[in-house]
Formats: sequence, structure tokens, C-alpha cells
Amino acid sequence: MKVNIVIAGAAGQGLKTLNNILSKIFFRLGYDIYSTKDYMSRIRGGHNFMSIRIGDEKITSSEKEIDLLIALNSESIEIHKSDIKKDGVILFDGDKTHDQLINIPAKEIAKEIGNRRVSNMAFVGSVLKILGIDLKEASEIVTHYFDADETVAEANIESLEKGYNLLDEKLPLPKVEKNDDQILINGNDAVGFGGAIGGVQFYSAYPMTPSTGILNYMAKHSNKMNIAVEQAEDEIAAVNMALGASYGGIRAMTGTSGGGFALMNETIGLISLMELPLVIANVQRPGPATGMPTRTSQGDLSFIINSSSGEFPLVVSAPRHQKDAFYQTFKAMNLSEKYQMPFIILTDQYLADTKQNFKTFDIDALENKNYYFNNKEKSDVKDFKRYELTQNGISHLTYPGQLSNSYVIADSHEHTEYGRISEDIDVRNKMVEKRQRKFDHFIKEDLEEPIYKGPENPEHVLISWGSTYSPSLEAIQDFDNIGLLSFNHVWPLPTKKLNEYAKGSKFIVIENNSMGQFAKLIRQETCLTIDSQILKYDGRPFTSKEIVNRIKNEVL
Amino acid sequence: MNNSVFELSEKTSWCPGCGNFPLREALKQALNELDLDYTNTVMSSGIGQAAKMPHYININAFNGLHGRAMPPALGIRVANKNMKVIVESGDGDNYGEGGNHTIHNMRRNLDVSHFVHNNQIYGLTKGQASPTTGFNMTTPVQQNGITANPINPLQLAITMNATFVARASVGNKEHLVEIMKKAIEHRGYALVDILQPCVTFNNVNTYQWYKKHSYILENDYDASDKYAAYKRAAEFGEEGIPLGILYQAEEPTFLDRHPEIGDNPLVENIIQPSERKELINEFK
Repeated sequence: MKVNIVIAGAAGQGLKTLNNILSKIFFRLGYDIYSTKDYMSRIRGGHNFMSIRIGDEKITSSEKEIDLLIALNSESIEIHKSDIKKDGVILFDGDKTHDQLINIPAKEIAKEIGNRRVSNMAFVGSVLKILGIDLKEASEIVTHYFDADETVAEANIESLEKGYNLLDEKLPLPKVEKNDDQILINGNDAVGFGGAIGGVQFYSAYPMTPSTGILNYMAKHSNKMNIAVEQAEDEIAAVNMALGASYGGIRAMTGTSGGGFALMNETIGLISLMELPLVIANVQRPGPATGMPTRTSQGDLSFIINSSSGEFPLVVSAPRHQKDAFYQTFKAMNLSEKYQMPFIILTDQYLADTKQNFKTFDIDALENKNYYFNNKEKSDVKDFKRYELTQNGISHLTYPGQLSNSYVIADSHEHTEYGRISEDIDVRNKMVEKRQRKFDHFIKEDLEEPIYKGPENPEHVLISWGSTYSPSLEAIQDFDNIGLLSFNHVWPLPTKKLNEYAKGSKFIVIENNSMGQFAKLIRQETCLTIDSQILKYDGRPFTSKEIVNRIKNEVL
Repeated sequence: MNNSVFELSEKTSWCPGCGNFPLREALKQALNELDLDYTNTVMSSGIGQAAKMPHYININAFNGLHGRAMPPALGIRVANKNMKVIVESGDGDNYGEGGNHTIHNMRRNLDVSHFVHNNQIYGLTKGQASPTTGFNMTTPVQQNGITANPINPLQLAITMNATFVARASVGNKEHLVEIMKKAIEHRGYALVDILQPCVTFNNVNTYQWYKKHSYILENDYDASDKYAAYKRAAEFGEEGIPLGILYQAEEPTFLDRHPEIGDNPLVENIIQPSERKELINEFK
């Protein structure tokens, strides 16, 4: 069983806290959670909503149809009433303007308690009662949530209880076992967490929605984890600061969204020419230009893989869900150092702001590699060549000060093996080929093929990249003969599985953009035929039902 | 004088007689006299003739993009707090393309020495106006004369609370070496605007012109008086060009303001995932 709760209202009405508390309660009780945010680019007013799907089985998509609507203003009822299910409920503090509306006198309750800030907790209590949740267990979780302040916790519990006692059970959820080995995480936190576990010691960024969550994550943990965090004057400074830190010998990272990445562009090529490690997160929003800051998109793919002037190796990974975002960022920290080239983590607002539960990550199983000279090696170094020509193209990495008998140079000009400016024909050819060999080596050793889910010989293969994985996975359950091929590494494009499935299946490519950029990329790299495309560019994520309907109407 | 560490026999792409040559000699002397070497000094530069300096001396170097000499310097300081960082580039690089970074790192009091080769012209691109070119001067691009007022880097620095604001000239090597050394030893951001003639593309601001107009600040000049310094920094041209430390103050540096960096240079840490394992708890 799955229940879809929507919390709707204006910015500033406490939606985020409501969402956090409700998600946490159901998560701690052992339910599966899939929580998404739909918000406008403003601090007050407008119409925002968050949806929390709760169930006793894995959920990987949001849903439009609503079981329980918490309407924090009357506008929310107007906007969402057509999506309320037949047996659904609207909870609202006000007049009964709708058959399914139940009045929750939240402000009155808060007034009685003497703390007007606890009004929203009455809604939480009502939701818990409707879904048949044990009050005592839920209260413990709420108390824990507010553990910093006892009086605040008490007032909230009182409001929760009053809301709970107002009504009767209506849509009881099946009981589930509490599960201690789960975590609940959104995409931005997952990228920040992956970077921190991957050894990031410096994070520089310029705030830009929807990527700011990563900066917030790093800042929150900076003092305890000794992660230096700097808010740069612009994105050009942000990426160059991080690159300077990387040259200085520490793992560094930066993050932004499309427009900010445009500013970073010149430096992407610089990273590659200097052959330094750097991981950059780009959290997509609909462009061009300012576009729609708080909405989602997969419109930056072509731009990212073709970023900067000239030709150079670059790896782009688009994590398919929050857990993947953690592991891809963690791995990128190692791989970027191994290959000394830029790694882009390409997510989007949908992935960034969606919370999902996963089995906890086994941190002890992870290792940060070290590709610099060790103490024994460094004393043996003579005639150091920072850009030494090697068989796989990878030269030895060091940082200034590590070698007492040699300088360390990083240069933006074409350069010799020693890093000195050169326009020599032979040097140029050899250096271009050296950088290409690193790219070839990466493809051979570390490129990840897409994962496949579905029947053995599918008639159709739905091809997704990045965050469209989750709703697509839920969608293909409705068909017997459709499989899902989900990419995270998108550049360089892995082609093995594409060529395998092309033999017996028709391809449908699903993308959150209008030009079918991934389909183009597949055609460009493989000359394979894309039979149909499902595109969406309204700034909103796909839901699984929408995908099912579009496959039925447009493909089959 | 022994320039053994920083000496490099690389051929330069500078014109004969270029002001960069005496500047390079002064720089090597300053570095040597401070006993700096590969283990403790890095130079960050951008693009332009001045920005090629790290290719013409032997030094750890980050020779990055045009206008972006400063941000990598911040990253280098974060990575290794024991590393002296010299940011070296021209007037176009630092005051034009990279003006924003110059301003904000003055605000940060980032502990770097900022040596700006100021020849009041674009040399590498052959003679267009720089942000410091005199008003009305004609160039191949500014056919009717330069229509924007020149930037005054010293006044800018003083208003941005820079903690070391100085000017020197390649025409007076001993003075230049002294100022460079003081800038490198200063705790915090140190700007040295270095007058350096372009013998090919600027026939107004020549060796003779700088020699005629510049003068060294009087012995009893008080470098701690900010408002007097601002006033003195206004002088440029016929009225005289003051050389020396116009303003100096002691304030917490960028690193002082970043306690999260800790006492050890970050580059000495090897972080393993297990050390940060507790980060997972907030998601439970």
C-alpha cells in the first residue's frame, strides 16, 4: 500500500518543517519514503508544495493523485482539488468549501497552547490518526526531533496530540517492522556526503539554486571535519580556488547550476590541460539564462560534455538516484586524482531535492587512494617531469613542496614534459596524444556501463540517464515486454550494452529536455536508431504514471 | 649575489629593454635574501607578458587563465598554510579581467603578495588600453583617445581595507627589492603596484617619464594613517608619483578567519572514509 501526502501553501508557511517532520516520523517507523519538493523562486508567498509518498514497499516515483492534502491556504485547495482521490481527504484550517474537507482548527489549538508557531503540528497529528499510526511512537520521534529545546518539544507534542484526537482512522497503513539499517537522504546531501567521505578538504562555491544545498552541507560540517569552505565572489573564482587547492595537494570540489557552470567553462579546459584532479557538481535547472531557478531539467547534457574550448578528456557522471549520487561523487574523488582530469557530477533539481530511503552505506568498505609520491618514492625522484610521457598517459602527481629538488608547475599553455611553454610541433602532438591516452585508459578501466532491469528479451528498451531512472523503474512494472537501460556515466558514452540491446529491441529514450540530447549523443557515438523519444521540458519531473501513459499513447 | 635556486636560463619572449627584466632581477634577489625555495614558495600568475614570469625563474608555479591569478592563490593557501604565495601578473590581468578577484581578496586579507607589473598598456596583444592607461591616450583601438578614467589601484586597495599598499618602480631596484621583501613578509594581503615601462607599445610612460615624476616617500611618512594614505595615493603624473609603503595595518588574515583549517597544513592530512563515518548519522 502507498499513500501520497501533499503539503501545500505559500513560501514562509512552514512547509519544509512539516515535510521534514512527517518524513522523519514515517521513516523512523520503518516505512519507505519518497519525498519531492515543488517550489517557486521566492522567499514569501507564491504556491509551493511538497509531496511525501509513504508505503510498505519500495517507492521510486512521486505521484500526482493525492490521498491526503494539507492545505495551508485556500489557494492550495483550488490548485490541487482535481487531484484528490475519491476517498482522499483535505485538511484545512477554515471553512468547509469542499466535500472531502475536514477542518483542523490549527491556529486555535496553537493559541490555546500559547505558542502560535506550533499550529502546523496539529496537521501532523491529524495525518497520523487518519493513517492509524500509534501516537506514542510518533511522539517519541517528534520529541527527539526537537531535542535541542524541551519547552518547544512539549508545545509541539501538545499540538500533535490535539490534532490526533480530533478525528478517526480512515486510511490505516499496514504495520511495518522498524528498520535500523536505513537512511533517508536527498541528492544534494548525497553529493556533499560523497565528497566529504571522498576526502574533500576544500569546497568553494557561489550560491545558486538548486545547487546551494551542497554548499550548505559542506559548511554545516566544516568545523568538525576540517573542511575549509569559501563562498566565492563568482563561479569563476569558485572553480579556480578549488583548482588552486587541488594543485596545492588537497582534494577539492565545487558545485553550481547551469548558468554558473557557464562561467566556469574556461577553467574546465584549464583543469584538463594542467592535468589536475577536480570534481565539479552541476545541478541542472531549466535554462537558458536564468530560466526557472527552482525547477528541474536535463537540458545541460550537450553543454557539459562539450564545455570549454579545444579538445580534452572529461568525464560526466549523471547519478541515477541519491545513493548513486553518493557513490558516484565518492568514486569521482578517487578517479579524478587517478586520471588527473575533470569529473562532472551532473544531477538536477529533482534528484537534489528528493529524499528517498536506502539501506545504509557501508563507509568502512570504502578507501581513498593516494596517487601522490609516497615518502620512499619522493626521495628517489630525479629530473622530475610533471608531464612525463607514459604508456597510459598518466604522469606522476605531486604538489609544491613535496619534492625538495624540483619545482612543480601547472600551466595553461601547451607545454613540455617539464611544464614549460612550447609551440613545438612534436611536443604539441605528443601532449594531445598523451591526454587522449588517459581518456582511452579510463574507458578501458573505469567507465561504467548502464544497468539493465526488466525481461530478458524485451521488445522495447526504455533508455534513461540520470534521475529519470526512478520513475522509469516504477513505470516499466506496468508492461511485460519493456526493459530499462539506465545510464549514469554519460560521457564518454558507454556503448557495449547499447549495441547488445540494439540487436533485438526497439529503443525509447526518455529525457527531461526538448531536444533529445541523449538520443543525439547515442546516434552520434553509435549510429544506432532511436525509435521513439519521451521528452518533457516544463520544468517538472516525470511521474511513473505519466511515463506509463505516454508509452501507451506515443509508443505502443 | 647567488641566485642558484631561482635562476633559469630559459629564453624569454620579452622585448629587449623590457621593464620585466629588471623586475625579474629584483624579484630573484628578494626571494634569495628571504631564503625562500621550492619547499615554501609558489607563484600564481595569469596571462600576459608579466604573467610569464614563473617560466623565466625557477619556482613552483600555477600559470592559469587570464585574470584568474588570484583565486588559485587562495586555494594554494588553504592547501598549505606554510606556503608563501606570490601573485604576479600585469595591470590588465589584475585590474581589468580579474578586477573582481582583486577586490574580494583585499576584503579577505588573503595572505599573498600581489605584485602587479603596471606598464599602463596591453603588451601581449600589442598596444591597446589597459585599466591604468592615461586618459586621452590614443591606441590602435582607442582611435579618439581613451574615454574611461584610469583606475587608481592604490586608492582602490585602501578603500577595500587592504593591509599593505605599496608602489615601487623598476627604475629603483634597491627600493623595489626592499618593498618586495616587506610585502612577502607582511601578514595578510600585500599589493605592490610596480611601475614597469613597456618600451614597445607605451611611448608616454617611459623609463624617463617614471624617473622624472616618481619620488620616494619621506622618512617620517606615517603609513598607519589611512586617510592621509588615501590622499597621497591620489598623486599620479605631473604632480608626482609616491613610491614606498603608503599604507600598512595589522589585521586578522584570511587563514586567521578560517579556524576550520586547523593548525596543520591540510596537505599533510590523508583523509580516510572511516574517519568521517559519523557523517551518516544525520540521515538515520
